[in-house]
Amino acid sequence: MKLDPEARYAKTHEWARWDGDEIVCGITDHAQESLSDIVYVELPEVGEVFDQGDPFGVVESVKAASDLYMPVGGEITAVNEVLEDTPELANQDPYGEGWMIRCAPSDPAEFDGLMDADTYEAFVAEEEG
Amino acid sequence: MPEPLIFEISRPGRCAVALPEPDVRLSDLPGGLGRDDLPLPEVREVDLTRHYTHLSQMNYGVDTGFYPLGSCTMKYNPKINEEVARLSGFVHLHPYQDEETVQGALFLMYYLQEFLKEIGGFAAVSLQPAAGAHGELTGVLMMRAYHLDRGDAKRDVILVPDSAHGTNPASTTMCGLHVVEIPSDARGNVDLAALEAACEEHSDRLVGMMLTNPNTLGLFDEHVEEVTGLVHEHGGLMYGDGANMNALLGIARPGDLGFDVLHYNLHKTFSTPHGGGGPGSGPVGASERLADFLPAPIVAVDSERSDDEVEFYTFVNPPKSIGRVKAFYGHFGVMVKAYTYIRMLGPEGLRRVAEYAVLNANYVMSQIKEIYRVPYERTCMHEFVCEGHFPDAPDVRALDISKRLIDYGFHPPTNYFPLIVHEALMIEPTETESKETLDAFANALLRIAEEARTDPTLLHEAPHNAPVRRLDEVWAARNLILRWKPE
Repeated sequence: MKLDPEARYAKTHEWARWDGDEIVCGITDHAQESLSDIVYVELPEVGEVFDQGDPFGVVESVKAASDLYMPVGGEITAVNEVLEDTPELANQDPYGEGWMIRCAPSDPAEFDGLMDADTYEAFVAEEEG
Repeated sequence: MPEPLIFEISRPGRCAVALPEPDVRLSDLPGGLGRDDLPLPEVREVDLTRHYTHLSQMNYGVDTGFYPLGSCTMKYNPKINEEVARLSGFVHLHPYQDEETVQGALFLMYYLQEFLKEIGGFAAVSLQPAAGAHGELTGVLMMRAYHLDRGDAKRDVILVPDSAHGTNPASTTMCGLHVVEIPSDARGNVDLAALEAACEEHSDRLVGMMLTNPNTLGLFDEHVEEVTGLVHEHGGLMYGDGANMNALLGIARPGDLGFDVLHYNLHKTFSTPHGGGGPGSGPVGASERLADFLPAPIVAVDSERSDDEVEFYTFVNPPKSIGRVKAFYGHFGVMVKAYTYIRMLGPEGLRRVAEYAVLNANYVMSQIKEIYRVPYERTCMHEFVCEGHFPDAPDVRALDISKRLIDYGFHPPTNYFPLIVHEALMIEPTETESKETLDAFANALLRIAEEARTDPTLLHEAPHNAPVRRLDEVWAARNLILRWKPE
């Protein structure tokens, strides 16, 4: 399982990372691995506002369709439109070109409450049993 | 080699039937209505017959082999059902006929309603819904109508366990309501603490709960009466997904367990062909509280037109009915087959169906569980879920195992569902299989587990013996081609 040391992680397997004043989010390498080949990603509109934990989109693989949850609350400032035609980027480069949304966080403290890479790795190991 | 499409064997000018020259004057369609760009296939009768015969020979169905597709109850469909459904008195009916002329059909519908009431423990049944998910939609609409009828318009939350059928949250959303997911506990039951917390949190917004019991893990919820009690305490109603009724026939009645409304899958539990082989039928049973909201019409005895000798049957509308949910009276042909099945077995036979379905599932589980991990290992009901992967063969997945089963002559089980089991394989043998068939299937699974270690490529490239090899599902999902187009 690949991890991004700069990112923080939610229990629902999304990652979040500061980029200037904004937070970039996507799904983790573990999430893409579990989903297998992603065939469709549904993302929100720019300007939509969500609370932490709200569903903001859907990711669909040949195995399952899963909701995507906001690791932190905030207003959507950009979505990765490239995923519309090449959803496989979320498989190939989940922490890079496979990013999903950028948001202006409403409460930066929410970011600090997320798991760091080591804690998330342990969380996944425990979940896998 | 795959059979070509009918369009690909088409040749200009060929036709199956040569019509004689018309002996009346031809009249053209009014201007602009005719079109000559329809690429309909042009084939001879013999090519047409061979084409569809080839396709039917490539088909795999419960009449050709074992079909352990979890939660679909692919039991054998006795041929007498077909005989009865083809009686000319049924086949030549028209739904606009006067009631007096269709008393036989209404008799059948009335007694099917009565049988389903008895089997499920309900006060009334409507046969209208077209299949299971339609029954769910109907049931949720009834629950919503019940609250609205009491002037309680703020209820908009339905609780759905994570072991429910995937259609449950979809039906909730279709009714404009919100889903709150309830986790399972370590034994695969609804987590009571989480349920209690959700009931407290959403108490005044609670429409009810949708529970599949046995659930999609094939487990009977050990606290089902606590679950229904909790939801009722908070003013909610209990919806039962009857897709897994095959495990309960003659043993437990959902109405007695506290369910207010439940759909039956006649096409699963009551042996009518489905899954590409025929339409479904999803009658809904309701408790006293919800009976008035059933979809219209239902069949009742018209006492004024009955006498001591003969009952007269008529359509009636329940007083607070949510209305029609289906044109005419539902899928009547399926009802005939289900009625026949119930009459052929009788109460004791139906109970044995459930007993053998449960026995067969437990037998297969016992044969493979040392090799295929069963995450919630309890006595299962009519189906069980195991994990289709092995720690010492990490590249092999449930999909590879499923595809390899095709080479052994078996239909694969349901895979990747329920989502709470890693690499899930959901196996439902049904009651109609012999021990020899169950052994052959279990042995195939055990051999595949060996192959996963010794020759994983064999699995990755499976199936080898099917008319087509591994289909590229990812490519197909990303490049939708929904109909044939001329080159």
